[in-house]
Amino acid sequence: MLRIRRFEEKAAELYTQGKIRGFLHLCIGEEAVSVGTLAALSASDNVVSTYREHGHALARGVPMAALMAELFGKVTGCCRGRGGSMHFFDVGRRFYGGNAIVGGGLPLAVGLALADQMQQRAAITLCLFGDGAVAEGEFHEAMNLAALWRLPVLFLCENNLYAMGTHVARHQAQPDIARKADGYGVPAEAVNGMDLHAVETAVAAHGAAIRNGGGPRLIEARTYRFRAHSMYDPELYRTKAEVEQWKLRDPLPAFAATLRSAGRLDDAGFAALETEVAAEIAAAVAAAEAAAWEPLDGLVRDVYTADAPETTSCA
Amino acid sequence: MTYREAVRSALREILRTDARAFLMGEDVGAYGGSFACSKGLLEEFGPERVRDTPLAESTFLGAGIGAAMGGMRPIVEIMTVNFSLLALDQIVNNAATLRHMSGGQISVPLVVRMATGGGRQLAAQHSHSLEGWYAHVPGIRVAVPATPADARGMLLAAMREPDPVFLFEPAVLYPVEDEVDEAAGPADLRHALVRRAGRDLTLVAFGAALPKALAAADALAREDVSAEVVDVRVLRPLDLPTIAASVARTRRAIVVDEAWRTGGFAAEIAASLAEQVFYDLDAPIGRICGAEVPLPYPKHLEDAALPQAATIAAAARALMGRHG
Repeated sequence: MLRIRRFEEKAAELYTQGKIRGFLHLCIGEEAVSVGTLAALSASDNVVSTYREHGHALARGVPMAALMAELFGKVTGCCRGRGGSMHFFDVGRRFYGGNAIVGGGLPLAVGLALADQMQQRAAITLCLFGDGAVAEGEFHEAMNLAALWRLPVLFLCENNLYAMGTHVARHQAQPDIARKADGYGVPAEAVNGMDLHAVETAVAAHGAAIRNGGGPRLIEARTYRFRAHSMYDPELYRTKAEVEQWKLRDPLPAFAATLRSAGRLDDAGFAALETEVAAEIAAAVAAAEAAAWEPLDGLVRDVYTADAPETTSCA
Repeated sequence: MTYREAVRSALREILRTDARAFLMGEDVGAYGGSFACSKGLLEEFGPERVRDTPLAESTFLGAGIGAAMGGMRPIVEIMTVNFSLLALDQIVNNAATLRHMSGGQISVPLVVRMATGGGRQLAAQHSHSLEGWYAHVPGIRVAVPATPADARGMLLAAMREPDPVFLFEPAVLYPVEDEVDEAAGPADLRHALVRRAGRDLTLVAFGAALPKALAAADALAREDVSAEVVDVRVLRPLDLPTIAASVARTRRAIVVDEAWRTGGFAAEIAASLAEQVFYDLDAPIGRICGAEVPLPYPKHLEDAALPQAATIAAAARALMGRHG
């Protein structure tokens, strides 16, 4: 969680310096969902994420240097700099985006799970999405198809209460998202998304049920983002008091306190963690700064697999 | 065999020879395919490999993309091109982009088939020709088989591509019969084809317009006008050299497209020809396209809205300076 928090704080700083452009969606406040969820998965599972995926990617083990370089748009980025903040991919780690169309990743997750089922691979597909996606047809179509075919998909809704700037009460006729699974006969649970242990426990339990052939499950992780929707967002839709109230439930100090009371962390230990993370970030930024840009003649590569000669530039 | 039997022949061969291949879409199983292309395949291959889907185009198309990413070779059937618009997000934002956006990490070996075009009195929501829209999008391949042999061969070829291939099957052609060599194997999925050699002008056509262009060429031959007919076959990536070489030889061209004229694919071909062979031309490049109207139900109006052999022949005569 500390790595995610500090990585994103650095990203925000680099954004204000103009080193990073485009849309930058930070997940500060939601780290317990990333870490708790990914900790409960295995390396052979698939992950389909959203445009707010820095935390998911880091928790999945995608190297920080590759992610930082991607934010810079450098060729050493996890997608050669082509995707940026919203499109982290790492196929080697079965991390399939980084999808910026709200709800658009849900059908992909269904398909990845179908491929596993047909090839009798013992894997599940984690499908992450936000509360905004629940209003999309994709959510309902994907739940229906996954339930119909009993596909190994764990649908995990990160309900941070806001679809961009619209509160869930203003975009959902039934704001209790976990209940929506009833209509598809899919077991579901709402968990405290600010509590790492609660998230990990729920994901492990539902993941095990899915692995045992139980078909898809839905978890609604109730969480909150402390920062704006993106760097462009003036946050006119909520009060500072509301944000401050949620910060009292910050998962990072809460988990640190748990570790302290269990005797597994002290001040010196925490300081050492901070030093370690700071060094990792500094190295990632330095490497990204020093890295090369994609050469211009790479503009049209990877439009088609074979880099066929008919894929010409606009010149 | 008929065009629909040719499609079925290819599907059966694919399912027999490629264990990763499976067919999914609306009514492909129990119903036998809305155009009977997959009739009998459910009985032969079972419901794992011939999958009926809910009417949820975006999700079953997206699931096809996901399954392709996961190591399978899905063939997705969408009942008609009009319905494919519900899957446009998955096609344009995912199928076409994932490879490039992921820096080359992702391959989407997906084949999508759908019926296209009018001529069957199905009115405006089942009859449009939208393949030209798809041809606008880099990252996918767009093919329009116009003969039974191509219907079989191009589908077999599409299965060998590592990238998404969209096959648009003109619905009006499903009952058309022609000789098909079942031993022929995959067709060329890269090139346009001169279907009929000629001297005086080139008719550039594809899909359901091809038989009409050929019929027009027959009529013109009786008047001693020798028309060459080029079948475009693949709209993206477009094989411009074959088309341009024909036009440079005949020095005149008419592009025939059943879709609307404004912003249509005929304009793309005409503009590309103007760039390539302008100084070889003896006349302006002509276009014969569908009328600017949602396709109407009554036969006489539908016929009037679509290019016909007679209108193509008349345009050719005018281009040759012959009237009456």
